[in-house]
Amino acid sequence: MVRFFGFLVGLVFVAVAAWSLVWGAFAFVTQPREENVVHAFHQEPRALHLASDGPLGKYDRRQLQRGFQVYKEVCSSCHSLSLVAFRNLEEIGYNEAEVKAIANQWQIEVPDVDPKTGEANTRKAIPADHFPSPYPNEVGARAANNNALPPDLSLITKAREGGAAYVYSLLTGYRDPPANLPADSRPGPNLHYNPWFANLNIAMPPPLRSEGQVSYADGTKPTVDQMAKDIAAFLTWTAEPRLENRHRAGLASLIFLIFATVLAYMAYQNIWHGGASRRVRITGPLDPENMERRDEANREAGVNL
Amino acid sequence: MSFPWAEAYEPKHPLMRWIDQRLPLPRLVYGAVGGGYPVPRNLNYFWNFGVLAGLALTIQIVTGIVLAMHYASTGDHAFQSVEHIMRDVNQGWFLRYAHANGASFFFIVTYLHIFRGLYYGSYKAPREIVWMLGLVILLLMMATAFMGYVLPWGQMSFWGAKVITGLFGAIPLVGEPIQQWLLGGYAPDQATLNRFFSLHYLLPFVIAGVIILHIWALHIPGSSNPTGVEVKTPQDTVPFHPFYTAKDGFGAGVFLILFALVTFFAPNYLGHADNYIPANPLSTPAHIVPEWYFWPFYAILRAFTVDFILPAKLWGVLAMFSAILIHFFLPWLDPSPVRSGNYRPMFRRFFWLLVVDVLVLGFCGGRPAEEPYVMISQIATMYYFAHFLIVLPILSKVERTLPLPSSISASVLHGEEREAAPADLGGALGRAPATGAH
Repeated sequence: MVRFFGFLVGLVFVAVAAWSLVWGAFAFVTQPREENVVHAFHQEPRALHLASDGPLGKYDRRQLQRGFQVYKEVCSSCHSLSLVAFRNLEEIGYNEAEVKAIANQWQIEVPDVDPKTGEANTRKAIPADHFPSPYPNEVGARAANNNALPPDLSLITKAREGGAAYVYSLLTGYRDPPANLPADSRPGPNLHYNPWFANLNIAMPPPLRSEGQVSYADGTKPTVDQMAKDIAAFLTWTAEPRLENRHRAGLASLIFLIFATVLAYMAYQNIWHGGASRRVRITGPLDPENMERRDEANREAGVNL
Repeated sequence: MSFPWAEAYEPKHPLMRWIDQRLPLPRLVYGAVGGGYPVPRNLNYFWNFGVLAGLALTIQIVTGIVLAMHYASTGDHAFQSVEHIMRDVNQGWFLRYAHANGASFFFIVTYLHIFRGLYYGSYKAPREIVWMLGLVILLLMMATAFMGYVLPWGQMSFWGAKVITGLFGAIPLVGEPIQQWLLGGYAPDQATLNRFFSLHYLLPFVIAGVIILHIWALHIPGSSNPTGVEVKTPQDTVPFHPFYTAKDGFGAGVFLILFALVTFFAPNYLGHADNYIPANPLSTPAHIVPEWYFWPFYAILRAFTVDFILPAKLWGVLAMFSAILIHFFLPWLDPSPVRSGNYRPMFRRFFWLLVVDVLVLGFCGGRPAEEPYVMISQIATMYYFAHFLIVLPILSKVERTLPLPSSISASVLHGEEREAAPADLGGALGRAPATGAH
């Protein structure tokens, strides 16, 4: 009975799926395939190598500090970094006093409440504060940016396919639209052609325009390419601040686990193939057989203990 | 516990005797996973995965309970609280990555456990209820994993919840009220997140309860084995402890090495970038895909594209749920008395075809719903249902199986190819022991 009904149910599902397949195949053959403009012009992220890559990668703190400088002087005017606190900057090599100064001198103040009147006001940031947002809310952000919303950058390298390489490619990817780009894919007003952006046209104007836009404290030459690399590295850190702990703990765990697994394998083999037939004896000075031999030798030598 | 030669518990320590006389828990443990459970001596590594699934569940419960101490299940704070765990909670990044990847590894070992059951015919009499309880565990796991993926309240969480609960909306008449009842509203929101968190915390313990039934039911006939020939004499078995505890210890080590490799060095590889964007009901992601372990079922759901008496969406939903539910009938769909695929050459060919078929479905389920992936998943869906509902019942009637070894010991001691016993289909069950007959 089960087999009979099962057979019927099976036939029904196979028939309906086949019916869908026939229609799908018919449409596939007869209908002209639309050339997907975005697919044709969209580009995969360019290769970017950072010190934090690979299973044992560590952050290059000088690069992170340069990247922070780019964020501070370029990105922060539009993009928030809401998941990162000023105090976290100590992790990329600033000392306590420097962090305090950075927070205190931050251009955007932190929303607060006047302790006397209870009215909303703003105050200077302290290390415990997260980076304040440049806009009071989404409406304000859109109003200031032709209705486009600058995304929060804290997690951007984890929230985009391609990660840091995507950020680097996008920032260095502004181009004039190619001549063969169809009219409806050309950038409209306030949009900019960038083949690394999902739909080719991005609302963000080119943020890194010329060499020397930022002057690095460590003397690194601030080319556009260098600045893009540095901010990509910095945003890798903001998205994954515990990367170094993770790599270290991973290495230690693997060493322990491999050792434990080898022991477990030996125990397994010993129980299945050794065990009762080959009894292991512990030998040494406390082995009863050795003690007996020693006593005998002592007796023969006439030593009385 | 299961065989006449199973050893009764003899407390070695006066304290254990004292406990055992008052609460026979030591006796229970000894009989369930100790020296008192005789297990076929010829189990291969595929028999490790049950214990590994239990280990994975334990990892999920332990990491999950600690994560719940730091997580806030409100729409405004869920995403931030997860990032708080990643950044400010001591070793929080480890807890969360272990929990997220632990779910994937739970499914990997569970799917391999099911693969074992399908190939070696573990679902056949007298283990039908073991099999069905296993399917109940799988369904509970899927519900738990789905609700867990909603909790970080990223874009994929939100839209995944919307799509999956939307499936219930395809049911005629009652669909929409059911969908609203599940969500607690018209779209995923505060109420959804809170109830999903509550159920996500509850269901793993329900799973643990069903696992106890699963193991209890298993211990009545005892474990099956790669030959599919039932245990006949004490020579066919070894005590679970130390023989299989040692083997499972090694298996657990290999499992943990692979788990650590992914958790520490590629923790986001199995995830989706969109889930690091906070949930936004006004912005739909370009491709909504569930986690990889749902891909084969997602492909079946999307394979039905044309209305045929019923709407296409309803066909997809029916097929997707049927794809799991037909396994409940598997013990009766495949009535061949030979259990193991090793002795069923024709079954084996179709079985491997099914494995490839499910992998193809999984691949298509992870791709966007475009041609040619839809057509491929339609063909693969046809074979999936045909395999279980049409091929297996016929195959088990017409197949000529290979001769079975006379006993487990015979197959172990003398090599299977030298056994000259006739292909006696009924012989697998309850024939006189023929140890050393070779």
